[in-house]
Amino acid sequence: MKHNLILRFIVKYLFPVIALFALYVQFHGDYGPGGGFQAGIILSVAFIFYSLVFGLKTTEQVLPPGVLRIVMCTGVLIYAGTGVTTMLMGGNFLDYNLLSQNPIEGQHLGILMIELGVGITVSSVMLIIFFAFAGRGRPEEADHD
Amino acid sequence: MIDTLIDVTLLAFLAITAIAIIKMRNLFVVIMLFGIFSLHSAGLFVVMDAADVAFTEAAVGAGISTVLMLATLALTKNHKEKIPTHHARIPLLVVLITGAALVYGTYDIPDFGDPHSPAQQHVKPRYIERSVEETGTPNIVTAVLASYRGYDTLGELTVIFTAGIGVLLLIGGRIADRPLPTFRPNFSSKLRPILKDKFRHKFRTKLRRKDKE
Repeated sequence: MKHNLILRFIVKYLFPVIALFALYVQFHGDYGPGGGFQAGIILSVAFIFYSLVFGLKTTEQVLPPGVLRIVMCTGVLIYAGTGVTTMLMGGNFLDYNLLSQNPIEGQHLGILMIELGVGITVSSVMLIIFFAFAGRGRPEEADHD
Repeated sequence: MIDTLIDVTLLAFLAITAIAIIKMRNLFVVIMLFGIFSLHSAGLFVVMDAADVAFTEAAVGAGISTVLMLATLALTKNHKEKIPTHHARIPLLVVLITGAALVYGTYDIPDFGDPHSPAQQHVKPRYIERSVEETGTPNIVTAVLASYRGYDTLGELTVIFTAGIGVLLLIGGRIADRPLPTFRPNFSSKLRPILKDKFRHKFRTKLRRKDKE
């Protein structure tokens, strides 16, 4: 599908829009519908969309599988790390009130951190699953470009 | 009035899609119909004012699961479902009885949005009254998911993480990129290169054949 001009054009111009929308959903989850989970899915969809048209090999140059695996673990660590931080500060696990002087600010910060962790892990897991499935069927084809 | 009309239309579409999914034998069409089914469900959730759930359903059900199923279908050669040779009478009976029991059970379910139902009286009033002053987050769904029920969300995230690891362990790592295991017989240094090449060649063809199967 590499030579399909219309598809390539659309993907090129839609990719930043989808990625931006994912970021909006991620950081606007406190105020509107959405959050880390949906944002992660949308971001991974942007990359899947890209790899459907430009090929797996091209996408893997941007997102090497090894890096994706590390990123996948980072998200869970950010989430659990927020909880451990509040424990080290003398509170309960995931007690965001302690993260700042003002409890409300602490809650904001805590929710932001854990939503970030959720988004990172969800998007990388979805990409890993997609790459695992899509990369398995045609090992020869991937070497062409 | 308009709400009822939208409800009836969406539910009718859901039923039609479900019947079409059962009747279709072409798996590619079935996967696309699954996506349409999810989109209709997302529409129903919007009508019920559950924007967050609708969002998730649209992104996961209609979006990514369709792509993943298509990727799975691309791995299989046969895109047609086999036509069943016998009529499944007993399963049909079981399904009908279970369905009738479930429909009978719905009569005891409180009405949609009934303020006196148990679900509305336990912790919900507290979330609605206090969540903004306690968490400063206008979206109550986010406040509940991320703050009040932070443990549960951590568990959910761990489930997704485990799913990723499971896929990686089962089919992760592309076969073509993996270096083939080298065969090292313990012969004298003169014989070794010749034998090694021979055996390796055999070994490779065997592996390739396995992959093709």
